[in-house]
Amino acid sequence: MAVFPSTAAAQSAGRAQQRRSSSPPRNTKRRSRSQRAAYLFIAPIALGFLVFYIWPLLQTFWFSFTSFGAFGGNTWVGGGNYERVVRDVTVGQALVNTLLYMAMGLMTLPVAIVLADLMNRRGLRGVPVYRALYFMPFITMPAAVGLVWNWLYNGDFGMVNEVLSWIGVDGRYWISDPSTAVYAIGAVMIWSHIGYYLIIFIAGIKAIPRDYYEAAEIDGAGPVRRFFRITLPLLSPSIFFASVICVINSLQQFDLIFVMMSPENPALGDTQSIVTLFFKWAFAENAQGPAAALAFLLMLLIAALTYLQFRFQKRWVHYG
Amino acid sequence: MRRRTLLAGALAAPVAATTATGCTNGGSSSGTSGGGRTTISYGMWDPLQVAGMKKIIKAFEADHPDVSVEIQVTPFTSYWTTLKTGMRGGAAPDVFWMNAVNLQLYAEGGALRPLDEFIERDGFDMGVHPEELLRMYTYKGTRYAMPKDFDTIGLWYNKELFDKAGIKYPDESWTWETVRDAAAEMTDPRRGVHGIAAEMSRQYTYYNTIAQAGGYVIRDGKSGFGDPRSIDGLRFWTDLIDKGHSPSQSAMTDTRGRQLYLSEKVAMNYDLSAMASQLYAAPAIKDHGSVAVLPEGRRRATTIHGLAAAISGKSEHPEAAWKFVKFLGSRKAAEIQAREGVTISSYAGTQDTWVKSMPEFDLQVFIDMLDYAVPYPASKGTAVWENLQPQLLGGPFSGKGGIEGAARTLARQMDLALEQEK
Repeated sequence: MAVFPSTAAAQSAGRAQQRRSSSPPRNTKRRSRSQRAAYLFIAPIALGFLVFYIWPLLQTFWFSFTSFGAFGGNTWVGGGNYERVVRDVTVGQALVNTLLYMAMGLMTLPVAIVLADLMNRRGLRGVPVYRALYFMPFITMPAAVGLVWNWLYNGDFGMVNEVLSWIGVDGRYWISDPSTAVYAIGAVMIWSHIGYYLIIFIAGIKAIPRDYYEAAEIDGAGPVRRFFRITLPLLSPSIFFASVICVINSLQQFDLIFVMMSPENPALGDTQSIVTLFFKWAFAENAQGPAAALAFLLMLLIAALTYLQFRFQKRWVHYG
Repeated sequence: MRRRTLLAGALAAPVAATTATGCTNGGSSSGTSGGGRTTISYGMWDPLQVAGMKKIIKAFEADHPDVSVEIQVTPFTSYWTTLKTGMRGGAAPDVFWMNAVNLQLYAEGGALRPLDEFIERDGFDMGVHPEELLRMYTYKGTRYAMPKDFDTIGLWYNKELFDKAGIKYPDESWTWETVRDAAAEMTDPRRGVHGIAAEMSRQYTYYNTIAQAGGYVIRDGKSGFGDPRSIDGLRFWTDLIDKGHSPSQSAMTDTRGRQLYLSEKVAMNYDLSAMASQLYAAPAIKDHGSVAVLPEGRRRATTIHGLAAAISGKSEHPEAAWKFVKFLGSRKAAEIQAREGVTISSYAGTQDTWVKSMPEFDLQVFIDMLDYAVPYPASKGTAVWENLQPQLLGGPFSGKGGIEGAARTLARQMDLALEQEK
């Protein structure tokens, strides 16, 4: 997992956007000196960002217009790579799968919110234990998670089918059956990310002043009403942040699929995401040019969805 | 996050690789000035063969005090990516393992140094290695790599399951018909036992039967999957699945054919010679397992593949690299390798050690099959059309959809891919 900005940072960023007024300029000389210090402080991260993010991004953009020699030598092919991306039938399938992963990823949020609310109930014991249990899958390597779940899903000896057989349900080959494979992977995705969102929401709920609840209780509001009228609206900045991160992450779903789906799996095509397709093109099939074009289009898609989310946040996000 | 890491990784890899060679070069140059020794690097992927390789290198260094060899092991999953990146950054090993799938791509891209001039100058007799292997590593009339080992496919069977069903063990007289009958006979759904594992695997299963049916995978830059005889070769397997004499591909994705054979859940499995030592390590299979030549279709065939050592086109020490490659292709190296028991050495007459290393198995069949072995098919962009196969054949191998339509679609798409490589 990459390092994510903290919730607080995202919230204050949101607030800053809300506040349009700026303070009047002070002594300009002092200001430029303190600015220089500020630049110095951000230099390490900015440099890393330039070298490891911006530069590869520009390179990818350039590669997306070239035919990439396996051992060096790029030749300009114009829009040919983009044409291949648009024409290739596997891209359409991968896009559908990727959007499915996104939808399943977003389903993590309501579950995490409810769990977070339950864990903030007064008088509940062992909260740190629950928190640790839910968070553990998130800090486990996705490769390990994928391998273990492959065993759980195993059609002949797997735990999942074993448990189902106790209640008389016939199991199946979960990850090699094209009709279930994508959901089987989605379930693991939800399972392994729930802890992360849970932590965000627990912190968000903790930040809501208790007086609101007490006042509502005096006015006769029940727990359900308090959840919908107080918790949800006041948690909305955290929910917004979580949904932005969630969309970005699930659109880039790669490692679980890569680990869980072997190349001989008959359901491979039904689970392939844009990024696994990118990997296949770039690193297995020597089609780095089209792969770069695909990666660039995915970035545009993510940027567009993120922009839309910021655009519509005003309608439902309350900064208290 | 994942894509970013990938891109960052792609960018960082050459940097890391360059630093790494920076060190090696530093080491070698100081070595050259110090003791007059040249250090060359040797890239390989199989950790099982490292011990044997170290012995071979020791013998080589004893013969050639002026050259020392450093092994670089990269896991197979990242071997080719790393090698390609290393080539772009000029940090690839001087000598490295090559396989049939990648040979043409690397040869065409100038990543390999042609061996012809060395072979002719030193009068090295390449004829000691099987002809099919030599052909595999020849591209446009130029030889690019020195074979070191080979593997063929055999019919592994479980004597206990055969005895239970009262069927005679497989031998040279077996045909496709015999396999079908035996598989039907030995399938026992109550005990979860299948007659055979009809796994969707290029090298282990259907490339063999396609050749046995008289079909082909690729010829003159055209796909052979649409050929009716090739389709017969594929149908041999899908029929076994449809009749329930083999688990479906869905089941064998979760538990591979080899695992089923190891746990005595299938009576027959087409598998690689190189797996012998792994099978031998399982007590049940050591007792109950053995191997026979592949049953005959319209003709006899087995797929042969082998690894070879190639010299990097960017190597700064081609002479030292050739000395090492020549040694790898020699009887001495082949004998050391054979004693390790991991692979069959390709040098003629050195296979006996390997055959005798596991007396319970009739390993001689793998050597006998050389007479009619068919080279593992490849082109410049092999990976592209290899990836198409599971996509299109996965359905029929899981009992969904007919094999004929799938094979014809595969042929069309493969032809498009072959068209694009040009």
